[in-house]
Amino acid sequence: MSGVLIPSSVQRIAVLGAGHVGPVIARIAIDAGFEVAVAASGSPENLELITQVVMPGAEARWAADAAAAADLLVLAIPLHRFSALDPGLLAGKLVVDAMNYWAPADGVVRMFQGQELSSSEIVQRQLSQSTVVKSLNQIAYQDLEDGRRPAGSPDRHAIGVAGNDAAAAKLVGEVIDRIGYDPILLPSLSAGRILQPGGPIFGAVLARSEFELAIHTTAVHA
Amino acid sequence: MTTSTTESPRESTGGSTRFPLVLGLDTFGDHEHDAVDRPLSHAQTIRNVVEEGVLAEQVGVDFFGIGEHHTDDFPMPAADVVLAAIAARTKRIHLGSAVTVLSSDDPVRVFQRFSTLNAISSGRAEVVLGRGSSIDSFPLFGYDLADYEDLFEEKVNLFAELLKGGPVTWQGNLRPSLNSLDVVPYAEAGPFPAWIGVGGSPQSVVRAAHYGFSLMLAIIGGSPARFRPFSRLFLQALEKFGREPLPIGVHSPGHVADTDEKALEEFWPRWLHIITKMSKVRGFAIPTMESFRFEVGPQGALFIGSPETVAQKIAANLKTLGANRFDLKFGMPGLSPDSLLKNIELYGTKVIPLVRELLAD
Ligand SMILES: NC(=O)c1ccc[n+]([C@@H]2O[C@H](COP(=O)([O-])OP(=O)(O)OC[C@H]3O[C@@H](n4cnc5c(N)ncnc54)[C@H](OP(=O)(O)O)[C@@H]3O)[C@@H](O)[C@H]2O)c1
Repeated sequence: MSGVLIPSSVQRIAVLGAGHVGPVIARIAIDAGFEVAVAASGSPENLELITQVVMPGAEARWAADAAAAADLLVLAIPLHRFSALDPGLLAGKLVVDAMNYWAPADGVVRMFQGQELSSSEIVQRQLSQSTVVKSLNQIAYQDLEDGRRPAGSPDRHAIGVAGNDAAAAKLVGEVIDRIGYDPILLPSLSAGRILQPGGPIFGAVLARSEFELAIHTTAVHA
Repeated sequence: MTTSTTESPRESTGGSTRFPLVLGLDTFGDHEHDAVDRPLSHAQTIRNVVEEGVLAEQVGVDFFGIGEHHTDDFPMPAADVVLAAIAARTKRIHLGSAVTVLSSDDPVRVFQRFSTLNAISSGRAEVVLGRGSSIDSFPLFGYDLADYEDLFEEKVNLFAELLKGGPVTWQGNLRPSLNSLDVVPYAEAGPFPAWIGVGGSPQSVVRAAHYGFSLMLAIIGGSPARFRPFSRLFLQALEKFGREPLPIGVHSPGHVADTDEKALEEFWPRWLHIITKMSKVRGFAIPTMESFRFEVGPQGALFIGSPETVAQKIAANLKTLGANRFDLKFGMPGLSPDSLLKNIELYGTKVIPLVRELLAD
């Protein structure tokens, strides 16, 4: 995408969203040795106690400041709030889209209703000056922390990483690996559709082999 | 499950153990089947829930909660009406919701209904506000799920005003304002206990503290221990807002039978059926026997087994979480009245005394 410089490595991660999944992502990123900033829609003061107690080591910041300083941003806000987010904040950034669209549970958001594009393609279209990679969306927040395993464990679980930009996806894959999951790279945001709600992988904690089997089976039946 | 005492929230904060231990039961009005697995009518299921509440008091259960639901599997849209019927036939047991879907209800009406329940029961009413079955209630009452957060925030704010008593003046964006209006019936002895049911969002924990509601941790999947920081967050947030400590409760699903095997055998097919259905609605892949086994084990969120097994797990988790209350969500659509009554009896006569014993020191 225009003007995005994919960093050579990731050290600073900003998590936007401090609801169910944001704090868990922040915590596992801190555990993996990243510097983590967290922001919600309001002021950092509102988040200070939460970061102290629930994500010790993370820094509460305004979204704009957290974004500006980050090598990689994780979007963990509900998609019905997404249109209120200023794309300018994320311009020039590598953005991990951890968001899901599922109208029966989250309500209808017109922008995401079409069938032709995956939700991350729509996010990428809105964030035209960022590079979007879909990941961290498929495992429920209550499983994300306990599901981690060190590299090489026979029972390691997998997380999908889908991007149009191969270098960006590879970098996100390295972050996923460091956090404690096997990254499974998918060749495009469109291919990332398989990670969405209603798909065979969403909400499941799978080993690499099970994950790959699910992708394969879906491809055969598609 | 072993717990490191130095890290437990009650050790580090002197927290909620000052509150008496409360052991309750919750139901969602799970649609019951007869002994040969034919569905009973919704009406019969509701009448059975009244009997279950009455039995709960007889066997020594402290609290009986009913969660609002709007589906064939859980035909329980008017929990407060059923609670009133139980109130008329009991003397001691506390009665409340589990949860009331405040976002799609009118806070004034909710307040009036639970105040009325409080009157009927001579001060035994409680309300637990939360997200619960909002997926069912929103389309039914014409709300948009995308507005969930704003509706909840605003209605909790109004509810907190109503609990203070006296004429109410309130202004919001999503509900007409109130200008010095009287809301009856007046409370006899202060407000009834109000809780907020929290899933996994720390912001909801802080919101409960901000408004001075007690905290009910709804732990329905994954490891209960991961909620431990939430108890600490709640107590610290109360302190920050200049409030006294408030009770912390845990709500989790389970099933008690004479033996572990019997409990699992009765529960598993019913659970699989309902979880499969829920997975479709929520877009999740269907959980497996393996994930069920994990949930039933010491690290999981299902409290299933013999009285001994369930009591040990409750005691361990109350300690870990620094909580003073546990409400077991019993039943599952398709279970028979006999199996539910047995569950209630075992919970009251065996599980509760054992948990009290385990937590006595
Ligand atoms: N829950 C899960 O298990 C899970 C797992 C993987 C992915 N996801 C996806 O992650 C997203 C978030 O889910 P959730 O369950 O964590 O939601 P949630 O509990 O409702 O939390 C949403 C968070 O987003 C913040 N937020 C909203 N608008 C914002 C903005 N413009 N800028 C910065 N922060 C903003 C909110 O802060 P304020 O309160 O200050 O507005 C809140 O902290 C969803 O798309 C979901 O599908 C969820």
